[in-house]
Amino acid sequence: MSIDLSQFHQVFFEESYEGLDVMESALLNLQPDKVDSDTINEIFRAAHSIKGGSGTFGFTDVADFTHVVETLLDEIRGEVRDITSDTVELFLKSVDCIRKMIQQHDVGDPYDATDANAIKAQFETILSNDLPTQAGESLAITPVTASHEIQNDSPAPHGWKIYFKPHQDILRTGNDPLRMFRELESLGPLIVAVDVSALPHISLIDPEACYLAWSLELKADVPKAVIDEAFEWVADESELSITPVVVEDDQVSAPEQLTPYRPAVKGSDLSKVEVTSIRVGIDKVDDLINMVGELVITQSMLGELGLDFTMKSLPKLLEGIEQLSQNTRELQESVMRIRMLPISFTFSRFPRLVHDLGRAMGKKIELKLSGEQTELDKTVMEKIGDPLVHLVRNSLDHGIETPQERLTLGKPETGTITLNAFHQGGKIVIQIIDDGAGLNKAKILEKAKQNGMVSDTDVLSDDQIHDLIFKPGFSTADQVSDISGRGVGMDVVRRNIIELNGSVEVESTEGEGSVFTIRLPLTLATLEGQLIRVGRQTYILPLISIVESIQSFQGMLHRVVGGCDLLRLRDEYVPIIQLSSLFNIPSDSKDMEDGLLVVVEGDNMKVAIFIDDLEAQQQVVIKSLEENYKKVEGVSGATILGDGTVSLILDIAGLIKLAGVQRHEYKAVHKGDDYAA
Amino acid sequence: MARILAVDDSASMRQMVSYTLKVAGHDVVEAADGQQALELAKGTQVDLVLSDVNMPVMDGLTLVKELRALPEYKFTPILMLTTESTLDKKMEGKKAGATGWLVKPFNPDQLLATIKKVLD
Repeated sequence: MSIDLSQFHQVFFEESYEGLDVMESALLNLQPDKVDSDTINEIFRAAHSIKGGSGTFGFTDVADFTHVVETLLDEIRGEVRDITSDTVELFLKSVDCIRKMIQQHDVGDPYDATDANAIKAQFETILSNDLPTQAGESLAITPVTASHEIQNDSPAPHGWKIYFKPHQDILRTGNDPLRMFRELESLGPLIVAVDVSALPHISLIDPEACYLAWSLELKADVPKAVIDEAFEWVADESELSITPVVVEDDQVSAPEQLTPYRPAVKGSDLSKVEVTSIRVGIDKVDDLINMVGELVITQSMLGELGLDFTMKSLPKLLEGIEQLSQNTRELQESVMRIRMLPISFTFSRFPRLVHDLGRAMGKKIELKLSGEQTELDKTVMEKIGDPLVHLVRNSLDHGIETPQERLTLGKPETGTITLNAFHQGGKIVIQIIDDGAGLNKAKILEKAKQNGMVSDTDVLSDDQIHDLIFKPGFSTADQVSDISGRGVGMDVVRRNIIELNGSVEVESTEGEGSVFTIRLPLTLATLEGQLIRVGRQTYILPLISIVESIQSFQGMLHRVVGGCDLLRLRDEYVPIIQLSSLFNIPSDSKDMEDGLLVVVEGDNMKVAIFIDDLEAQQQVVIKSLEENYKKVEGVSGATILGDGTVSLILDIAGLIKLAGVQRHEYKAVHKGDDYAA
Repeated sequence: MARILAVDDSASMRQMVSYTLKVAGHDVVEAADGQQALELAKGTQVDLVLSDVNMPVMDGLTLVKELRALPEYKFTPILMLTTESTLDKKMEGKKAGATGWLVKPFNPDQLLATIKKVLD
């Protein structure tokens, strides 16, 4: 029978990646001084599965490599060998190595075994060393030697004599002498004589025990190994003798041969096709199926109504349409949910990152993760990974002090970095919290003044000083280190996040630590939008960026000659952007006071947008303008409204840029109550 | 043909075993660990159990002990699929009540040849 094992390869690869992730995170959790047997078992089991699978599916290099890893793990599991932080490092390296091997099989690339061999040699060195503990005791692992080792491999020309007296409990292990005899019978004529001499008196018989013994004669020209095989599982607990007989007899059938195992050769062309897939919880698929079911029912109801429509059935039609719109909405939500994955997919890479970086920098760090089950869209998740890595690196490099520094400061030697995610008002919030040194305001201010970003006379609030680290060109020579100074500054982090319609801000207390807070929309495919009208044009503002709307603002208006009009909003001045003049379209409002101002926040500043009217709020499906037309400044995309017209979605950061509202201008007036009039 | 319960925490291994058995005409139920297998076995009588040894929640040896304690599984063949080919491990399996073992890695032909030994 031939079964193509390659059909199981993809599952094996995915399973192995998961297993490697499990190994990695468990290894990172391992405290070498306090070995937790559950954790070791978990690591062992993952390695064990990978070894078993790779052997079965023909990836012998992976199987060989994993074998040494597993052997050492087994010794640690059996407490015959201690685990040290160096062993943990070696295990981590081996995880990387196995991952690389599997990836190469996955894409069908030839494997370069140099690294693997080097790591394997390290394992072998450890394994060949004398055991540090319990050196006198023998290992639990013994070489594979079965007691019924084949002595005589040449077939007996005239068959075999067998005496078989099984252990009384043979039936209780699911073994059955009858089955063994049948197997022997398939090899050639079999003569069976039963020996009932051990049978007790009927009153003493345990019906589940076996008291019988047998003398058998197999007239088959087969090697002894074939007979051994029939008794393989019971031989060590039975009286068994197999001797050749010399009797004249007929030719017998050839022994059954097992085909040797050949690993399946992978077709490299086919395997190069990269598949991006997501795993979806079955409940989500169920929801979807239910929803489609509902939709079909509604559709058939409407269809029937349409066959024979009179005005009398109008209410029914309206009801049907209402139901249809509800179905559609629910279906859309369900489909969206399919793309939602828990943020643990992104968080999972951090334990390793923090471990490696902490080691490289000589810092002791504990990473805490919370809210890993918080879900967000796969595309958002893919794009937030790099900014998050940068922020975590930053916390490690600039935030957390060295163990010595921390001890002098009276802090615990080990610093803590917390990654926290939660939902808040239709957004996902991700925080990177550290208990390190916090931002050094004096130093930041000094740098900013050197760079001419702030003038000597400016008075900045703490938040404004902290915000300076996100400014382009702020990263300075003595801030750059091997870890975080890789040409990517905080300004790039902020820009990437803003491109996702999100925001990032920092709070920090000197000496106590920093909190970076990222807010992101849950998905990039749809947007909760506020429809606004200017003249005959309808635009959409992302609801998430709206702070408030103001109708009557007569006393709050400050006209600035040659500059931007300002709105005095409580204790700050907010620049006003006029869409009508920006986009050169007629507006209904002749006078400023006739219209409305929508205060929005983008690019970390507030602006007020002057419009004619606010219309409905609705969820809109975002269509890319860039893909279908070209990039338009101040517009992030387009959508089609219910009446079929195309409406542009405004991009606040782009509008600010387009309107030429300068940030330093804003800063100078911020909280400057006596400015302008 | 026979109704077989395949137990393995590795999905690829389980799929391979299950597919092979189905192609050979058997009826297969699958479980990802000993606990699941035990529940399944209680719900439906199977003719043969093929179980991995190392599994989370409930390992293969515990599963064998639990099954053997049930009257309906007293004599049912239970084969262990294991990478641990040491005699110690095999003896441990036998003590728990396992019928026999199949050492990983194995190919579909070996699997079928082995189960032929225990199915009438």
